[in-house]
Amino acid sequence: MSDVPSTTGHQHLTPVWQGIQTPKFAVWLFLASEIMFFTGLIVAYLNLRTNSHDWPVAAELLSVPLVATNTFILIGSSVTMVLAFDAADRGKHRRAAYLLLATAILGTLFVSIQAYEWSELMREGIRVSTNLFGSTFYTLTGFHGSHVAIGVIWILAVALKAFRGGYNRNPLGIELVGLYWHFVDVVWIFLFTIIYLI
Amino acid sequence: MATTTHPKYPYIRVFLGLAALTAVEVGVAGLALNPTLRVVGLLSLAIIKALLVALFYMHLRYDHRLLSIVGGIPFVLAIFMLILLLLDRMMVM
Repeated sequence: MSDVPSTTGHQHLTPVWQGIQTPKFAVWLFLASEIMFFTGLIVAYLNLRTNSHDWPVAAELLSVPLVATNTFILIGSSVTMVLAFDAADRGKHRRAAYLLLATAILGTLFVSIQAYEWSELMREGIRVSTNLFGSTFYTLTGFHGSHVAIGVIWILAVALKAFRGGYNRNPLGIELVGLYWHFVDVVWIFLFTIIYLI
Repeated sequence: MATTTHPKYPYIRVFLGLAALTAVEVGVAGLALNPTLRVVGLLSLAIIKALLVALFYMHLRYDHRLLSIVGGIPFVLAIFMLILLLLDRMMVM
């Protein structure tokens, strides 16, 4: 263990390797593996879609305005998350905890709207086993949605700790959950374009 | 309590940029453009948005360069794979 300044200027006891806090490096390695995981899914989706002759037109089947609204919600949750870390970094711990709570609420809203979208599609007879579109659509959005749901649980745990003053000396825990949350946002940026707009 | 030394990052401006680019994406998707131009345009907008999030919200612009390499290599490979797939489809067509 080394007593070194973090990238945010805080003095705390965190293991460091090559000048990087090791928990942060570990999260980045995890995110690198996640990029490859989602790349595999997206490329499989595109390959199946481009080789299919009866792929449905997204705008006719899916509610683009609804999902665009959901995209704004997820982007909004990213800004509340980064502002939470910024507040914690500046010593405004109560504000950070409330911003984390706001992020969790927006994440829950995103998952709820996605669940509504799924229920509407299923009502129209499109299920995971209906056709290739159904299989790939539910797989991609399902894996992403489960990542959001896990993120919400993680953020709530971090928010609870923040309300108890758990990050008053070191906001690294908020930065780590933030990295994961922003990654989930980046994945959605691509999924929204590829599934709903192209 | 330690003091903060980093500059105030442009979080709100980045958010407004992301929101504006999303609105542009939805608008472009509704236009009757050449399919290749539409796909390239929309993917380019998505890449710009992803870079904004990675550089400013994930702090890659300010953080240790090694983290950019760890996150950047699979990202570049992913984009390379997408381009290969698109080129392959264009050759088949």
